[in-house]
Amino acid sequence: MTPSTQNYGDRSTAILDVEHLCVEFPTRHGALVAVDDVSFSINEGEVLGVVGESGAGKSVTGLAIIGLLERPGRIARGSIRFEGQKINGLPKEAMRRIRGAKIGAIFQDPLTSLNPLYTIGRQLVETITTHTDLSLSRARERAIDLLNEVGIPAADRRIDAYPHEFSGGMRQRVVVALALCANPRLIIADEPTTALDVSIQAQIIALLRGLCREHRTAIMLITHDMGVIAETADRVAVMYAGRIAEIGSLRDVVKHPKHPYTVGLMNSIPIIGHKNKRLPHINGSMPRLHEIPPGCAFNPRCPKVVSRCRVARPDFMQTGNPGQMAACWVFGKESGND
Amino acid sequence: MISGWLKRIIDHDISYSFTHSPVTVLSALMTLIILVSSALAPVLTPHDPFNPASLDIMDAFTPPAWVDGGTWKYPLGTDDQGRDILSTIMFGNRISLIVGFLSVILSIVIGVTLGMVSGYIGGWLDALIMRLADAQLTIPSILIALLVDGIARVSLPRELHDEIAIYVLIFSIGIAAWPQYARVTRSGTMVEKNKEYIAAARVSNVHPVMIMLRHIIPNVMGPNLVLATIGVALAIIIEATLSFLGVGVPPTTPSLGTLIRIGNEFLFSGEWWITIFPVVALIFLVLSVNLIGDWLRDTFNPKLR
Amino acid sequence: MIFYIINRILQSIAVMLVTAFVCFILFNYVGDPINNMVGQETTIQDREALREQLGLNDPTVVQFFRFLRNAAQGDFGISYRLQRPVKDLIPERLPATLELVFASAVLSVVLGILLGIYTGLNQNTWVSRAILAGSLAGVSLPTFVIGILLIYLFSVTLGILPSYGRGEAVQIVGWWTTGLLTISGWKAIILPSITLGLYQLTLILRIVRAEMMEVLLTDYIKFARARGLTDRVINFGHALKNTLIPVITVTGLQVGSLIAFSIITETVFQWPGMGALFIQAVHFADIPIMVAYLVMVALFFVTINLIVDLLYFLVDPRLQIDRGEAGGQG
Repeated sequence: MTPSTQNYGDRSTAILDVEHLCVEFPTRHGALVAVDDVSFSINEGEVLGVVGESGAGKSVTGLAIIGLLERPGRIARGSIRFEGQKINGLPKEAMRRIRGAKIGAIFQDPLTSLNPLYTIGRQLVETITTHTDLSLSRARERAIDLLNEVGIPAADRRIDAYPHEFSGGMRQRVVVALALCANPRLIIADEPTTALDVSIQAQIIALLRGLCREHRTAIMLITHDMGVIAETADRVAVMYAGRIAEIGSLRDVVKHPKHPYTVGLMNSIPIIGHKNKRLPHINGSMPRLHEIPPGCAFNPRCPKVVSRCRVARPDFMQTGNPGQMAACWVFGKESGND
Repeated sequence: MISGWLKRIIDHDISYSFTHSPVTVLSALMTLIILVSSALAPVLTPHDPFNPASLDIMDAFTPPAWVDGGTWKYPLGTDDQGRDILSTIMFGNRISLIVGFLSVILSIVIGVTLGMVSGYIGGWLDALIMRLADAQLTIPSILIALLVDGIARVSLPRELHDEIAIYVLIFSIGIAAWPQYARVTRSGTMVEKNKEYIAAARVSNVHPVMIMLRHIIPNVMGPNLVLATIGVALAIIIEATLSFLGVGVPPTTPSLGTLIRIGNEFLFSGEWWITIFPVVALIFLVLSVNLIGDWLRDTFNPKLR
Repeated sequence: MIFYIINRILQSIAVMLVTAFVCFILFNYVGDPINNMVGQETTIQDREALREQLGLNDPTVVQFFRFLRNAAQGDFGISYRLQRPVKDLIPERLPATLELVFASAVLSVVLGILLGIYTGLNQNTWVSRAILAGSLAGVSLPTFVIGILLIYLFSVTLGILPSYGRGEAVQIVGWWTTGLLTISGWKAIILPSITLGLYQLTLILRIVRAEMMEVLLTDYIKFARARGLTDRVINFGHALKNTLIPVITVTGLQVGSLIAFSIITETVFQWPGMGALFIQAVHFADIPIMVAYLVMVALFFVTINLIVDLLYFLVDPRLQIDRGEAGGQG
């Protein structure tokens, strides 16, 4: 039973709609499924945090949305709609026009994201002129404005500097400026703070959140760091082995997790001030792509497993809290209210 | 059990990439043919081209069998002295292969030894050896081989020239190529040296030479073998070039390069086969060695898998 | 930056000195110079007199400095075989070699880079595959084989290009003779420069291609795509510049080795250059010429390496650390 009529959130202002997305990597031994029947939506100006372990399929989902899947990966099934228009399967040129102007992206390592041989001014101006009709000098002015907005001091001088002349945190600000050049409606942020010092992380997160509130830009914030999610996200999707385990508002998922995996995740986050108890952890580890068990992917590690879990993959179930859903049989058997 | 073993080999990625690459299978076949035919040359050749008694000067300049005036007795024709081209090519292959392999072995022996010593002992010895290697690497190997050969020629008495020419040649080409093996061995040694099992061996008072021989060598041979596959092709080319220039093997044991040089004189007068067939043979030889080397490199390169 | 230049120049001088020393040893101590210079009948006294006259009894250091001083003026003594001062032979042969090397270098670098870019960007077209297959030939074929095949095709069979010599050479500017101002000169240089340049061309092609393919996989290219930049801007703006910088070093060194391979090409085409002279010198153990050639080649190499290093330094902004402000707050 496909939950196509389920309510994934407030769909009225949804700018991104992902339905039954499947991403495969064909290999000699058969196709590896990296993203398996994933559906969610993001509303205008909303921050959706996508959290999960390494290899859970978060980055691949983001890359599929922006059309930058590396060969041999391909979208096998499903649809991705942006502002109502279907964007998977668009011709190259049409997709290129969407990238940067409608959907932007930020990646993990600010050092390698910038071309070391060009000044940041040159990289900013070329992005601006690609998507707008501004003249070179006006584009340069806009670039300086952007640099100011992201907090680069002495922007009118630093604009002619090379990437290696900036520190890590400053570079990521430049990356944010580049992503915002053409005012996209949605930004895919793939581990934007993972490569930065903890002290810088908070600044970048605050910057992202502030800018996006101001410009009403939605963010798909991909990370394995729950702390970052807790600071920034409006809604959260928890991914496991290429599937969504649970999705809902930040408060609901963190305070009232329904899926056993989410429960385990939240329990394993250390809280300052608690007595010295052993930190709970989930036994075992997430299966590799070619070793995903039948039924629910989490069943070998699940403390609440029943026989149905080993056979049939769970559908998305309503939990009782509006907008919060979990893919779990066991939870569905219990009464839904909290 | 054997069938299980066999199945593992066939299923392995290496066998897969080998059998799915028709080019590689073809070149392996070619190389095999060349190797076998040259090893068995004395037995296989229809004629013995180097026995003056068996040559008939009247048969000189016979064209290949499929051309007017040719005969299947000499399938590829004869040269200016009546020697059968097919036989001379098979013997020529032999010399080329012998020089090629032996010089690479020499390079490996020198290179691995110096590289290991350099990596294991470090210090000023390491710096010295590496400087030497770097300096030599900036000069093309052919020039080095030429130089060594030239110096040997000048310093050794003329009467000995022909006899030991082939050894001098192997020595020059071998000397020209050691730096790359040394470098690769050195980095491998430095990586292995820091591993714990080496520390354990040292603590147990195992002699450094034993450590190097038993532990380090097996682990650094991989990249060396990859280099060697390119090295053999290169050595064959250098030898052919030197022989062509007249400073390689003596005319009594001609390699493919010598044959080409001899035949070059007759290119314009119409007897093209004397030089063209040895040229084709050389091309096949080098090509097949190169292709196998390419396949080996691609297979063992973790980045491409 | 000045320090860098001075450092490199000093290094180059050091290399030249070492080369000169090695040549000096060759010159004086391999074989006996006197024996090589005079006939069998010369008496012992005359040999001794000659030895004294040439200063061969002086201490080694003195001889070395004399050698250096002479070498700096291009005086390498008298060829054993040709009985002419090497100083006269050099200007006769050097221009031929240098022109050949120059023509081959231009050919291999320009074509190599163009083809490398094309095959790097269009990896799966059959044109690309054909070019790659052809490049395998360039790497597998020894230089002299290429020369012979070209001669066979264009001179023997088709008869449209000459197979030996330099064509008509014209004297310009002092002792420099050039073959590039006559039609016969151009016709004569075509086959030899292809022969000499083919190996380098395929090498450069493969390196540019590999580098291009690797650059296209980097994060900054991914980010550039994510910003919606056009393929043209990505390929020829970003990827190209990043590809060419490491290629400069390799290309430069390849061009340097051209002068070594010119020996072979000059032999095949009977091109009247320094290389052909060198081979004959090796045949006949004519040491003064051998030494002169080695010194010239070393000079050539060292100069090219120096130019390449400086070029690299100018082009890569990461090396110019005294530029601009470093760092900033986080």
